[in-house]
Amino acid sequence: MKANVWAGRNRLEIQDVPDPRILNARDAIVRVTSTAICGSDLHLVDGYIPTVKKGDVLGHEFMGEVVELGPGVRNLHIGDRVVVPFPIACGACFACQDGLYSLCENSNPNAGMAEKLMGHAPAGIFGYSHMLGGFPGGQAEYVRVPFADVGPIKIEDDLPDEKVLFLSDIFPTGFMGAEMCDIKPGQTIAIWGAGPVGQFAAASAFLLGADRVIVIDRFPYRLRRVQRTGAEVLNYEEVDVLEALRDMTGGRGPDACIDAVGMEAHHPTPAMYAYDRAKQATRMETERPYVLREAIMACRNGGVVSVIGVYGGFVDKFPMGTVMNRSLTIRTGQCHVQRYTEPLLQRIRAGEIDPSFVISHRMPLSKAPHAFELFKNKQDECNKVVLIP
Amino acid sequence: MMTDRLARALGWTSLALGAAQLAAPRAVTRLCGLDDAPGATTVARLVGARELLHAALLLGARNPAPWAWTRIAGDAMDLTVLGRAAAGRTGARRARALAALGAVAGITALDAACARQGTAKAKGPLQVRATITVNKRREEVYRFWRELENLPTFMVHLDAVRTIDQRRSRWKAKGPIAALEWEAEIIDERAGDLIAWQSVPGTGIATAGLVGFTDGPGGRGTVVDVSLEYGTPGRKLAAAVARMFGEHPEQQLRDDLRRFKQVMETGEVVRSEASPEGHRALRQLRQRPAQPTAQPTGGRA
Ligand SMILES: [Zn+2]
Ligand SMILES: [Zn+2]
Repeated sequence: MKANVWAGRNRLEIQDVPDPRILNARDAIVRVTSTAICGSDLHLVDGYIPTVKKGDVLGHEFMGEVVELGPGVRNLHIGDRVVVPFPIACGACFACQDGLYSLCENSNPNAGMAEKLMGHAPAGIFGYSHMLGGFPGGQAEYVRVPFADVGPIKIEDDLPDEKVLFLSDIFPTGFMGAEMCDIKPGQTIAIWGAGPVGQFAAASAFLLGADRVIVIDRFPYRLRRVQRTGAEVLNYEEVDVLEALRDMTGGRGPDACIDAVGMEAHHPTPAMYAYDRAKQATRMETERPYVLREAIMACRNGGVVSVIGVYGGFVDKFPMGTVMNRSLTIRTGQCHVQRYTEPLLQRIRAGEIDPSFVISHRMPLSKAPHAFELFKNKQDECNKVVLIP
Repeated sequence: MMTDRLARALGWTSLALGAAQLAAPRAVTRLCGLDDAPGATTVARLVGARELLHAALLLGARNPAPWAWTRIAGDAMDLTVLGRAAAGRTGARRARALAALGAVAGITALDAACARQGTAKAKGPLQVRATITVNKRREEVYRFWRELENLPTFMVHLDAVRTIDQRRSRWKAKGPIAALEWEAEIIDERAGDLIAWQSVPGTGIATAGLVGFTDGPGGRGTVVDVSLEYGTPGRKLAAAVARMFGEHPEQQLRDDLRRFKQVMETGEVVRSEASPEGHRALRQLRQRPAQPTAQPTGGRA
């Protein structure tokens, strides 16, 4: 089968790889009908996530049709259409039973490796480094889906792929980012990053009752897009973000701040950017955490900083004094997707939201390397690419 | 532990001696009856610097006892110098030199004891311990483990365990060169609480183990706590086996327990295409790419 594989830093190739086979009783083989490129794939492509190997199949947002089932899967049938959550979860461990699916204690066969870097291991993730399991991803014609009886959600035929595909990651991720803010009526939420996850976070913040949502980015086309959700926008290359947020919130600051950017943030001041960029390039720190620092500084006293942008390792110059003295709450996590698929599917069905609004490009899977180029370099107003195998 | 504490004490002694020799070399040479030798204070200062080096090694090392050997080398130098001084002198100076000689000899004995124990410790039995929480009832977890023939499903280095009777069993493992076989016997057992076993002497390798089962707090599953011991020559063997699979014995045990948890909670060992033959910490750095495998994996599922 064809698959999009990592061939080295900033190098992707469409390669012929063997078809997947059932390895565990609760596996399913899914023929991928739609898959997407995610912003967090860029951290892999850029080589900032440790333990990615040449030849790894990428992709963790996908859906398709069940074509083969292991003997342990009883709730799915050949021919079922399913959306597959990106974290792999067993459903039986303490974390899964607590709804913390992205922390499943059984789905990461390389837990020992992750422990060395992180202290304890998170769940396995499709196509997201060996430290997170070494599972081939979904930017391929077929995927093996472990614990297929737990994660995948069945889709009735009337809903097209484009409306439900993002239940695999970015819609629940944006939604969890907003949910972690504990939004109450009258509140103002600031979101850094107007990419697809930021757009879903903005839409979700409104769904959860936010009064105002302010989104910060530097690309006018992305800001225009997020404005469609009803959000106000700030271009950080044109205004001083801290000052602007203070002014817009009566001097108090946003009630909650969502970091939807993560480890490869940009900074308008060249010197500040150069500092972390240089440290990152020499591998002295893995992150460029300006957004995180700024979100912490901007948040109102006693507010929440919700981190859904991906971080990989270590952060320098973290304003802990601010967090402590101003009673900030930091909430984070890879999305516990399995917790949200059913309720968010209901919202899609009820017409509360049509997630396909983020799509800007559709291409065959064979164009994946080109699609990554467009997406990474923000060319052609690229917002979200759907790949069709 | 006691050895390490002794080593640290010796380190502090070195620090004090070194400081004294550097700060007041004349007083030290007088005390040792050497104050009449030309260049005595310079030598005292050099010896003081050497003492500080011992101190740094003994106080700075994680495992200080073996470093006591460096002190013994120093002691030998001191004994030679003092011995010659005592032989070549008379009267009060000779008496002082002899006293110093006696003191150094005493310290040398301590150093030797410490260094020997420190080095010997590394040859003692190899002990590893790991613990994990399994989200199942204690009786169920215990029952699965007590069925010793189940062990190879999660202990990847074991090929097979065959029970002979209630207490005895025959174990087969992949060795570094040839397969290893030994007989083990359960030496203590409290149903639902613990199982202790050891290899029958003269049947292959010297090993012993203890697994304890307790209820997790607040009804959170079962805490499984495993200690393993490999005696000489089993120690060398165990380390070799571990190395062959590219990992530390401690890591090996932790990975085994993780697979045990997977088997108990999900029914089998979870596999990814990157390590279809099993999952081992260091080997994982040399994993194949995360893409489907063409050949049957052949490993145990
Ligand atoms: Zn993603
Ligand atoms: Zn789980």
